[in-house]
Amino acid sequence: MDRYDLVVIGGGPAGMAAALKAKECGVKKIVVLERAQTLGGILEQCIHAGFGLHYFGEELTGPEYAARFISLIEKTDIEVKTDTMALNISEDKTVTAVNTKDGLLEIRAKAIVLAMGCRERPRGALSIAGTRPSGIMTAGQAQAFVNITGYMTGKTVVILGSGDIGLIMARRMTLEGAKVKMVCELMPYSGGLTRNIVQCLDDFDIPLRLNCTVVETHGKERLEGVTIQYVDQNMKPIPGTREYVQCDTLLLSVGLIPENELSKDIGIELDAVTGGPKVDQTRQTEREGVFACGNVLQVHDLVDYVTEESMIAGRSAADYILGKSSRDAEFIETITGEGVRYIVPQRINIKSDEDIKLYFRVGAIYTNARVIVTIDNKEVYNKRKVKLAPGEMENVKITTDMMKEMNKDSKLEIRIKI
Amino acid sequence: MNKKMVCVACPIGCPLEVEVNEKGEAISITGNTCKRGETYARSEITNPTRSLTTTVKLLGGKNPVVPVKSTSPFPKGRMLEAMKVINKTQLKAPVHIGEVAVKNILDTGIDIVVTNNDTGR
Repeated sequence: MDRYDLVVIGGGPAGMAAALKAKECGVKKIVVLERAQTLGGILEQCIHAGFGLHYFGEELTGPEYAARFISLIEKTDIEVKTDTMALNISEDKTVTAVNTKDGLLEIRAKAIVLAMGCRERPRGALSIAGTRPSGIMTAGQAQAFVNITGYMTGKTVVILGSGDIGLIMARRMTLEGAKVKMVCELMPYSGGLTRNIVQCLDDFDIPLRLNCTVVETHGKERLEGVTIQYVDQNMKPIPGTREYVQCDTLLLSVGLIPENELSKDIGIELDAVTGGPKVDQTRQTEREGVFACGNVLQVHDLVDYVTEESMIAGRSAADYILGKSSRDAEFIETITGEGVRYIVPQRINIKSDEDIKLYFRVGAIYTNARVIVTIDNKEVYNKRKVKLAPGEMENVKITTDMMKEMNKDSKLEIRIKI
Repeated sequence: MNKKMVCVACPIGCPLEVEVNEKGEAISITGNTCKRGETYARSEITNPTRSLTTTVKLLGGKNPVVPVKSTSPFPKGRMLEAMKVINKTQLKAPVHIGEVAVKNILDTGIDIVVTNNDTGR
């Protein structure tokens, strides 16, 4: 049994930022467990630019963003175990992990930061009829093939789902000489950032077909084509709109799922909408001393926000370990009003002596709508937004002054008004 | 004439409206929330550019390719041309962030530089 003050599970942007912040706050023995061969997580394969504008004030690529944190970690005495798979977390905060060097590891920690990230929704989760040939994979899988191993996965491509990874891969495959025929999106809007529609699709004249999905795959050994079909408002295929599209590759970009198998092991309650643990503003889960941050908590669109969130978790873990956590606590749940899909944190301690940022997503696209925050039906925030979209995370600040008006029965709600 | 566009300078994606005169110059720009939006709109009207990121073959590295980027935004219309040059390039490990892979690509004055470290096998 090894003893540490803090175990961070996952060495991507979330885990690295949490570990660094905890170190900076005075935590002595920290270990980061990473299942891949290097630190960096998904950033390693995200070779496109657009990272770091908020946090570093300059535009970096994914590997560059990761490298800055990797070099900071290397300057500390934070221990890093790569090629290491965390298998289980027990009630007494013992993490069981395995690697080829140490064999089976049992690590007892005073606190744990969950930073396992998310994984892509696979084909099996969609009910697409037809054969099961090669050439069908998730967009992130193709991204790893092309950007890490230098292996092109096909020549003619159809992409299902217009999330950011799908859009980025449309451009990437085009640059490498493939013909991307179209991106099909089931919803009436894209789930990706507008800038990615502009520079990944429009720039290369790749059509985006909204309200459209893949209903059948064809081909025996290798994919030969797909049948696409338009859907109505209830997402039911519209008869007579079937169309065959020749392609040797189908990329799926149909959603990301926080990877919470370990969290479930210790009975942490998950939010049905985010798929991540329910947390308070310190990013502590309902288990004392267990914190969560990054994509395992909620799927982010910007790594800068992951860093910000993970630093909160790292600092809170340090406070917990060093016995500095605030004892004065009175929790209320944040309420999702009309138009709001979820809010993180799900509950807040209103005795906090710091402002709290609430992150949320809307359920549909709005133009010139208002974001309204109410405390016991009294408006405390009202701001017009030119555009709100499900693909773009929003935030509002709850100030300590607002919290002074609240008590344990207060109702804090965010809603969207058209 | 008014032109509508979405700023791609950062992930916020501000909707911009640009008033263009007969000479094709931007007279006024609205909708941007920072200065970069203004710069973007001006360049988008006259010479649209994008950051170019891809990979270069790497010999003796942990991975067979290493990611690269253009040192400044690259003329949009010449991206595929640039890809041909980059795909003929080969580097040898070890490589480090910032190392030049292709100098002054297509005489644009823009370099293609490495964006990840690979200390080799």
